[in-house]
Amino acid sequence: MNLTEADRTIINQLQGGFPLCEQPWAQLEQTLEIPADEIIQRIKTMQSAGLISRFGPLYHAEKMGGGLTLAAIKVPEERYEDVTDIVNSFDEVAHNYARDHELNMWFVVATETPEEIESVISDIEKQTGLKVYNMPKQQEFFLQLIFEV
Amino acid sequence: MNTAAPMISPEEIDAIDRKIIAATQQGLPLSQTPYHDVATELGLDVSEVINRMQAMLDKGIIRRIGIVPNHYKLGFKANGMSVWNVPDDKITELGQTIGAVDFVSHCYQRPRFLPEWPYNLFAMVHGKSREEVAEKVEHISRLLGNNDRGHDVLFSTKILKKTGLRISQ
Repeated sequence: MNLTEADRTIINQLQGGFPLCEQPWAQLEQTLEIPADEIIQRIKTMQSAGLISRFGPLYHAEKMGGGLTLAAIKVPEERYEDVTDIVNSFDEVAHNYARDHELNMWFVVATETPEEIESVISDIEKQTGLKVYNMPKQQEFFLQLIFEV
Repeated sequence: MNTAAPMISPEEIDAIDRKIIAATQQGLPLSQTPYHDVATELGLDVSEVINRMQAMLDKGIIRRIGIVPNHYKLGFKANGMSVWNVPDDKITELGQTIGAVDFVSHCYQRPRFLPEWPYNLFAMVHGKSREEVAEKVEHISRLLGNNDRGHDVLFSTKILKKTGLRISQ
């Protein structure tokens, strides 16, 4: 899908600050100078094409009282698929990425309470027989998730 | 040291907030009246939904409201997790400097695992190619100067799993 100028404006302007009011589109129509129906239609089209993953509020897991951490494992190549299946089988594992390093599997664990993190990590260690490097964030610096297109 | 944002105790979110979170965490309806639709679904007044979501925004429980682009599909195909070994006593200042760089999306302090993992600062760098990411990492290295005691970049080679965060009611 080729992005039009209007699509780019929508992507660049709507990554934050979607109005929280009864008539959000009417407000956007003014700032973006694109008719409301067209904005909605373009978001739908971009969502179907997979260019937009989601539309709505982005919640902060820890502030909702949940636990969140980043963890990594050194997985022997011959066991990679098997370990992927084990790690992915945990509902608490939200994202999992293969990365080109000796620590070659990196995943995010999200739990309803902070205390559950330890038990999920230790269950993964037991089931895989591998050490899990648990790297919870200690400080967060300015989270900026705006991609200019 | 843990200076992460103060935790909001779960008591600050009540049952109605949780209903709103459960109904909207996968997204808002793409209709003319998204908040009305959520309110109708939950049997609430639209003003209550808006006020409660505003309170959650103010407390940081909602980070932001808007579209989340798929950066990979938008052409940012190289995603490098750059990791840095910087002096602990300067990490707050250095983290703020790196976090403010426009091509860095997330920047966190995380624990080291010595001796094999000396890195305590993580910065996610996005680019259209590995070469572009490598140039951006060099730019960070120059910003850090003598405080760069070693760094590495881990490129993702495959997404093994990707789901949203889930909360139950």
